[in-house]
Amino acid sequence: MSKVGAPDKLIVNGKRLDGRKFDEMRELTIKAGIIPNADGSAQVDLGGTRAIAAVYGPREVFPRHLSDPDKAYLNCIYTMVSFSTPDRARPGPSRRSVEISKVVKDALAPAIFLEKYPKTAIDVYIEIINANAGTRTAAIIAAAVALADAGIEMRDLVSSIAAGKVDGELLLDLFEPEDNFGDADMPFAMMPRTKEITLLQMDGELTKDEIAELLKMNMKACEKIYEAQKVALKEKFATEKDLAQEEGESQ
Amino acid sequence: MKTLKPYLSALLGKQMREDNRGVYDYRDIQVEVNPVARANGSARVRIGATEVLVGVKMNVDKPFPDTPDEGVLIVNAELSPLANAEYEPGPPGPAAIELARVVDRGIRESHAIDFEKLCIRPKEKVWVVFLDIYPINDDGNLFDAASLAAMIALKHAVLPKYDEKADQVLYKELTKEKLPMRVQPLLTTFAKINGSTFIDPTKREEKAMDARLSVATLEDGQISAMQKGGTGTFTQKEILDLIELAIEKGKELRKLLK
Repeated sequence: MSKVGAPDKLIVNGKRLDGRKFDEMRELTIKAGIIPNADGSAQVDLGGTRAIAAVYGPREVFPRHLSDPDKAYLNCIYTMVSFSTPDRARPGPSRRSVEISKVVKDALAPAIFLEKYPKTAIDVYIEIINANAGTRTAAIIAAAVALADAGIEMRDLVSSIAAGKVDGELLLDLFEPEDNFGDADMPFAMMPRTKEITLLQMDGELTKDEIAELLKMNMKACEKIYEAQKVALKEKFATEKDLAQEEGESQ
Repeated sequence: MKTLKPYLSALLGKQMREDNRGVYDYRDIQVEVNPVARANGSARVRIGATEVLVGVKMNVDKPFPDTPDEGVLIVNAELSPLANAEYEPGPPGPAAIELARVVDRGIRESHAIDFEKLCIRPKEKVWVVFLDIYPINDDGNLFDAASLAAMIALKHAVLPKYDEKADQVLYKELTKEKLPMRVQPLLTTFAKINGSTFIDPTKREEKAMDARLSVATLEDGQISAMQKGGTGTFTQKEILDLIELAIEKGKELRKLLK
């Protein structure tokens, strides 16, 4: 391949360029309830990628013809702020962001009891503030927490991560140079309680066995992400009394 | 619509389909090579009643800055209201964009086109390949029809003449030079209704389906793209089983590339 700016090697002495192990995720920080105006919201930092999500609703559907008498209309919009990428991104929707909005919606929908909110809209807005690969997975992690924060009835949270192949090695959670110059990338999301897979995309070149291995890595990482999502929600909703009690238990 | 899903689901429970197909059988596939004389390459593919027209046009332009010595591929899909009562005129919506991008990824990520051979002068001039997808009749599974038509159109595409001195593409003068192709990615799409998976969904099956999985396979059994769609889910086992089937079905489809 003849991509400009590609480093000679993406793996040096068995370590990745940012020092991580092959199956090591970047640092994940989740905060619930960061946008007071929204019914639910969350911010997710996954390494250098930051996504914020706001949920409004269930509320009136606009335009009205989208209203469904049997269930809520789930509207998902993923966008990147113009200064979130190395080159300035043109504000507003792009073909890429329209597709990601669609797959993010398909990843979240199975977890929501949409049938409990007929004739309403649930609007999920996601902005990528800073992009360093894995933006759709950070978006899903944030949106799932925001939906729960909004008190919307859900079957489960949705946890998401990507794994890929770089310099012949299978790696968890690619960061930018690995994403740009690697061989394959496989974004993934699941409902951890039942292990049902709600998002799966892949581009690159992989064998079936490699895909099986990447699925395993992704599923294992999603279990961890799930715990972090639950902790973030607990932190938001815990009262002082709860916190005191927890402290008492841990002593 | 409320009776459609239980009906199809009951059929699938007995390993049956509305059109008497097996659950992992494609509908009848017909292929027409280069139906459009003005195009550099084109194909018309029918899968059952689904019909898709794909054309290739080429142009000379600047390369992308991060790939200065590689040609460019641009895939677009237009879901024209001519092809289905539910389509509306206007700019491409999410469904059209998803279709174009999934077909694009299968080709791009496997380097199906030898993009480096499409470089005329690094950093300055490269061939741009426009691949445009037009469903003529959408009766489900546009993904596989579009991907098959795309590969046929690319395979049979020839370059127009390029007058380097005048920096002009002579669109009316086609050379005999074929587009440099390396491998042949093809999409195989499965759908799932109430826990039953099946191949090549019709429009009615798509309306009732919970989820969809498209897998792009290469002739050596490698996978070059995947895309899950729909608001339902798949299990890990289902995905691995469907990948296995996709590799097998890809071999059948590949025979149509000739």
